[in-house]
Amino acid sequence: MSSWDINPVLTIEHLTMRFGGLVAVDDLSFNVGRGDITALIGPNGAGKTTVFNCLTGFYKPTEGRIVMNRLNGEHFLLERMPDFQISAHAKVARTFQNIRLFGGMTLLENLMVAQHNPLMVASGYTIGGIFGLTSFRKAEREAVERACYWLEKTGLVDRADAPAADLPYGDQRRLEIARAMCSGPELLCLDEPAAGLNPKESAELNALLQYIRKEHQTSILLIEHDMSVVMEISDHVVVLDYGEKISDGTAAAVKDDPKVIAAYLGVPDEEVDAVEEEVGI
Amino acid sequence: MEYFFQQLINGVTLGSIYGLIAIGYTMVYGIIGMINFAHGDIFMVGAFIALIFIVAFSITAAMPIALLVLALIGVLIVSMALTAAWGWTVERIAYRPLRGSFRLAPLITAIGASIALQNFVQISQGARNKPLQPLIPGGFSLSDGGADGSGFAVQLSYSQILIIVVTLALMIGFTLLINKTSLGRAQRACEQDRKMASLLGINVDRTISLTFVMGAALASVAGLMFLLYYGVIDFYIGFLAGVKAFTAAVLGGIGSLPGAMLGGLLIGLIETFWSGYFSVEYKDVAAFSILAIVLIFMPEGLLGKPEVEKV
Repeated sequence: MSSWDINPVLTIEHLTMRFGGLVAVDDLSFNVGRGDITALIGPNGAGKTTVFNCLTGFYKPTEGRIVMNRLNGEHFLLERMPDFQISAHAKVARTFQNIRLFGGMTLLENLMVAQHNPLMVASGYTIGGIFGLTSFRKAEREAVERACYWLEKTGLVDRADAPAADLPYGDQRRLEIARAMCSGPELLCLDEPAAGLNPKESAELNALLQYIRKEHQTSILLIEHDMSVVMEISDHVVVLDYGEKISDGTAAAVKDDPKVIAAYLGVPDEEVDAVEEEVGI
Repeated sequence: MEYFFQQLINGVTLGSIYGLIAIGYTMVYGIIGMINFAHGDIFMVGAFIALIFIVAFSITAAMPIALLVLALIGVLIVSMALTAAWGWTVERIAYRPLRGSFRLAPLITAIGASIALQNFVQISQGARNKPLQPLIPGGFSLSDGGADGSGFAVQLSYSQILIIVVTLALMIGFTLLINKTSLGRAQRACEQDRKMASLLGINVDRTISLTFVMGAALASVAGLMFLLYYGVIDFYIGFLAGVKAFTAAVLGGIGSLPGAMLGGLLIGLIETFWSGYFSVEYKDVAAFSILAIVLIFMPEGLLGKPEVEKV
């Protein structure tokens, strides 16, 4: 029994997602350990993003269940929840492969939007806020502080009042992570956070993710193609191919799994040895 | 010159009413990309609700001024609340079930909702004009037209002052609401990316409902102002006022809040000046021609943001 099976933050059981005749995810089960950085990898089209979409309410899975176990002991069946509640109650946040910021709003506003729910409650659903309720002012101040904290952590604090669309690509990626963190998640799902980043930015990202995991009790599930990121920071790697799980274990164990190598090289299992000899691994 | 000033005052008053209605169009368009054709009729319903309460509580100009002001504020609040409920209901039954279907479907139900509201009021209230005795008579005389009476007398009536002041206050309040509050931020977020907003925990359906509620509340204020200013309403006023306000929203740049206010003011001014200097019959032609000309040269409207596509 591995460490992630003992007290998982997220349990995926027999998840299946079909689109007509196409089976995008087929009977997938795995655990995401609490406080771990878990990587979900696989060749293009393996169904990784589909798993994310099921997690965050974009798709309703055809079969299976997804259980979010919060720190306070509550359990949520994500496949049954409307998407806005997944963030608000189950505390799962995600980012996108193609960045989805609110481009016309400033950086600070982007981060404030993520704190909408606590602010609405504190402002008595806006009515109290209009009359300057002190609890609202306090909540608003705290929200700005939290936003500034994350802007500092992502190195964007100088541009807090610039429109998000004006940021360079790498900064937009970090802002998306900052925004996700502002919603106070217990599980952060990142879809290819290192895509398009240069090696320096990629190293900064690694440091940021490790900081989040260490200081904020936030578990991280990430999809990544950049193996340097995966191997360096992941505690646990799950490999998908054609919607099925082909390997599951520590980064080191997965790296040497012939099935994984076969999937990435695109050959059947039994030919792996021959190919490896050929290329000299 | 005096004549010009009189037209200016009248135009700003009319423009204020258009502006208040236009906000409802522009906000709904901004957030769900749909033209809510029933909005003009919501304005009409607001005017009727106000009239019903004014008649039911026999509010007249003969009341002491303090009581009259209080009564009108009461009528305003009640009619805003009830009209907002109408706006919410229309959204709930005519638009929400069609969210996610193709774009033209809610447009058709909007026209349906508009016809339904008109006919409902026609049947329940009768088709005849409903007059109201002026509640706020009198005003300032800015120019008496000279001693010999040869000049033009410029009048600024109290009801015009009321309309302009209330509109100004509402627009300022509204701009603050959209720009400064969490609710406003959520609305702007939904405007840009509804799916992402909901992934951040924003209840998008509720935010959209609130947008309709706000638009309807503003339209009901416009309805009360229209009633006080013209003193006569019927079940059909929503159509033309709605089309004008929609034009105003497009002229200012649909989706832009200051644009709607500016557009409303412009349409009001164009109409009044045209009927003042040329002919009353062609005032609508003038207003719509200006719209056509502006859209040829500025397709996104006066204050609208051009769509920039990243390649």
